[in-house]
Amino acid sequence: MSRTDTVTYDSPDTRNLLDHTRQGVIGKPLDRPEGPLKVSGSATYSAEWKFDDCAEGVLVLATIAQGTVQRLHKQRVLDMPGVLAVLADEAMTRRSTQGTAGEAPVQGVHTVDYFAQPIALVVAETFEQARDAALALEVDYVESKSPIALDPESPDAEVEDPDNSETVEGGDLEKAMHDAAFAIDVEYRTPGHASAAMEPHATIAQWHGDRLELHGSYQMLAYNVKEIADCLSIDPEKVRIIAPYVGGGFGSKLGITHEAVAAAIAARQLKRPVRVVMSRQQVFETVMRRSETRQRVRLASDASGKLIGLGHEALVSNLPDEEFAEPVTQATEFLYGGENRLLKVEVARISRMTAGSVRAPGEAVGMQVLEAAMDELAEAVDIDPVELRKRNLPAKVPVEGTAYSSRMLVEALDQGAEAFGWDQRRPRPCQTREGDWWIGMGMASAARVNMLVPAEARVTLKADGAALVETDQTDIGTGSYAILGQIAGEMLGLPIDRVNVVLGDTSLPAGAGSGGSFGAISTGSAVMRACEAIRTTLSEALGCDTDALDLKDGTATSGDLSQSLSDLLGGNDIVETGKIEPGKTAEDFSQASYGAFFAEVAVHAFTGETRVRRMTGAFGFGRVLNAKTARSQCLGGMVWGIGSALTEELAFDLRDGHLVNHDLAEYHVPVHADVPAIEVILLEERDAAASPLQAKGVGELGICGAAGAITNAIYNACGARLRNFPMTLDKVIPHLPDPFAEVA
Amino acid sequence: MKSFTLDHATDTDSALSALRGGATTIAGGTNLVDLMKLQVETPDRLVSIRRTGLDTIVEDQDGLRVGALVTNADCAADQRVRTSWPLLAKAILAGASPQLRNRATTGGNLCQRTRCGYFYDTSQACNKREPGSGCAARDGFNRIHAVLGTSEACIATYPGDMAVAMLALDAVVLTQGPNGAREIPIAEFHRMPGEDPSRDNTLKPGELITAVRLPAPTGGVQIYRKVRDRASYAFALVSVAADVSMEGGRIARCSLAFGSLGTVPWRDRAVEELLVGETPSPALYTKAADLLLKDARGFGHNDFKIPLAARALAATLHEATQG
Repeated sequence: MSRTDTVTYDSPDTRNLLDHTRQGVIGKPLDRPEGPLKVSGSATYSAEWKFDDCAEGVLVLATIAQGTVQRLHKQRVLDMPGVLAVLADEAMTRRSTQGTAGEAPVQGVHTVDYFAQPIALVVAETFEQARDAALALEVDYVESKSPIALDPESPDAEVEDPDNSETVEGGDLEKAMHDAAFAIDVEYRTPGHASAAMEPHATIAQWHGDRLELHGSYQMLAYNVKEIADCLSIDPEKVRIIAPYVGGGFGSKLGITHEAVAAAIAARQLKRPVRVVMSRQQVFETVMRRSETRQRVRLASDASGKLIGLGHEALVSNLPDEEFAEPVTQATEFLYGGENRLLKVEVARISRMTAGSVRAPGEAVGMQVLEAAMDELAEAVDIDPVELRKRNLPAKVPVEGTAYSSRMLVEALDQGAEAFGWDQRRPRPCQTREGDWWIGMGMASAARVNMLVPAEARVTLKADGAALVETDQTDIGTGSYAILGQIAGEMLGLPIDRVNVVLGDTSLPAGAGSGGSFGAISTGSAVMRACEAIRTTLSEALGCDTDALDLKDGTATSGDLSQSLSDLLGGNDIVETGKIEPGKTAEDFSQASYGAFFAEVAVHAFTGETRVRRMTGAFGFGRVLNAKTARSQCLGGMVWGIGSALTEELAFDLRDGHLVNHDLAEYHVPVHADVPAIEVILLEERDAAASPLQAKGVGELGICGAAGAITNAIYNACGARLRNFPMTLDKVIPHLPDPFAEVA
Repeated sequence: MKSFTLDHATDTDSALSALRGGATTIAGGTNLVDLMKLQVETPDRLVSIRRTGLDTIVEDQDGLRVGALVTNADCAADQRVRTSWPLLAKAILAGASPQLRNRATTGGNLCQRTRCGYFYDTSQACNKREPGSGCAARDGFNRIHAVLGTSEACIATYPGDMAVAMLALDAVVLTQGPNGAREIPIAEFHRMPGEDPSRDNTLKPGELITAVRLPAPTGGVQIYRKVRDRASYAFALVSVAADVSMEGGRIARCSLAFGSLGTVPWRDRAVEELLVGETPSPALYTKAADLLLKDARGFGHNDFKIPLAARALAATLHEATQG
């Protein structure tokens, strides 16, 4: 019988159990067990499952931004070869589902909220037939007579205070700015971003009687089941999702997207499996975007650079009635001092695809701007940018007064600076020229809030002494398979090849899902809890205290007692389900992962092209569960930082609201040639308040401020102080010195 | 994708026969297939010329003859090209990705269509895709568009790199058609949009590119400078192909071609005449750029291409003449 052993995390677990176990697999840079499948093309992704008689669906997207669909000219399309159905069911989704919603998003595809919103699904025998028919479908629209704005900064845009973000106010910022020895008051802009995950959103839906089975590409299955069930008005118990491999998500697959619901409806009507795969363009046009932002940062400091005031106000956007507003000031609340403060987010209601979580919502764009503004203050005060950060680390969170659980920012700044060679930086711009290139260095702090969320996992210690870990936790390329196996192996004293991890199936206990950097620590804590229960049973069998139990390489030892696990188990399995619930530690402590970025860039003296030459990142995020997958997360985040600094921008045509650069040819993510040697330093840290593992989230930390370091390096290289991301060459050129002038 | 038939020509004659019957030529398909998926192009009948044997590179006393089916990868890797016409190899390698260059061909690349987002998006007006429907790019998001050679009807660029190098090298496009063989100087191959942007080039109906001929090498310094938003796998914002010879500290000979600046690969002989005989200097580069760009006109987002082209030209001339 399986028991569920629940821990509500009300007080820090300071036993640091994983420092006393002896298997020695936790933290090791082990390969991902599923890696060979992925690189050999034999991991089955959502659209690749083979089912007999599977029909193919292609979404039809609106060619207006706002209005209603008056008529779909279905008959001509139904007469086309192979076409089975044209669906415009009111249960189909109009918007993307926000992460952890657990309920349907806005449904009903007769109304059009934004350009390229899905309005119908065409299903045919083959994909080519369906696509041809989808393009052929004629649609009559009635355009809205009172359209809302297409641009958040348009005077017509309605601006509201969002539901998900509270204004932080303390002291008198205006007065602090007035009294300050140095005052910086600057406005930055960041554009919208796409997740641009490698695997497009895809679902194969099939019904077994009244039970729905989905093979799909989603990040948070326990929520996704509820979302799809709510859309279809069925019992969540009747929905099963299978998603063992997910080809990246970055937030865009947190909630269910349009293809899943459309496939389920089509499969129900046609009584056969239906596959719907979004095209790359459709992914760009219809799934979650990161909001563009306009950010005003005010920094008031005394003569030494110590902050006495801090303002961070942002304008973001979303569709009307969406609760989500990019939480731009999330890290600003706790990162630096300055008791006189105003942190505020406003949301403009506009017609663009749903805005939601894209990797590190809030900090990704908030930190890059705050850290660019801090560079401006460092210049004004004339002190080293690293020193400026160190002078402004408060003892407690300003205004709130909360204590920090653990904060390795100083260590990250120092070790990062040392490894990078920050002391070689020349403080004034335009001091270093190599051939046609200006060379510069910049730095930024990293910070990202830590979240522990509810999660369950089942661990079976089998009679033969091997372990099985089961949860619906997804692995979106991040390393869930590896680290959950390492936690179980460490806790149960098993070599890693004796632990099998099964993920991504909602018939298993509900993990945290992959999002908010919380998957590893939350689901990992559940695995740990289940293993603790197994350890208790084993210690009873061996006849010792649980604390005195020593497990290694399949043998249980305590003092003179020693027995192999298979002997100890006596032919029986032990099955335990562990569950973690967030508790008081979430309120009692300010929990965040920290780090520091250092970047060296080259800016072409003639053309203004910026190339990042090298980067160093030092990060403290509690216990490292797997040094290889953690490093990869940091690397990936920093690559996103390069994109955010230099190339990535959703470009909308403000006449009709359509997205112009809706593919990977024109939405420029960094390619290999843009990514230089990146050094990642993982700091030793234990944060008992964050999770029983003493680990914090790392999945998003690497992006949170990275673009700021690059921006600051551009200024140091060539004197171009740019406040409008991305820093494309057209923005750099007007600030460049005469390329033929001698270097000062 | 609309249904279509696909025939394989086994020689030039069978290809021409299929073209007479209304077929559209397909070679590597790296551009055409994308356009067919989006139904920007909807041919009923395709003739593949991949089995016609037009895939050899031959050198003689007049220069080099590159078969229409020579892949971009093979052309750029050819030792004769690398040694004597390095500009061509450099331009090809600045474009696309290894996978695409393995598939894309010399003739096909010349016929590559624009990357204008409005051309690719069938929900938008585009005179190139649908004559008479208008040009949504003019007042739209036109960051990648042309500042030279534009018309009321179209401001789209020819996006490629290879043809820009060929233009600087005075290449000749060799064709076969219903009326026999033709030699088209590459400067006359791409068509300015004028009132009819739907035709990108001066190929006649039923005409097939068989090869490109490069004249004997000049021995000049050859540079391809491609300015773009990221380090690889991006179309040029502006590119400069230069072939420059110096004598006694003066520019003795130069040819310059520009990519992604005009609606076609752009060459301005007056600029070259201005430079020849002169001693290189920043002031000279500025004069050359002023002449090159005297009729340039931006449409908002692409205004920056005008100063960028001047800067790219200066950098290229500086590099070509200071060695």
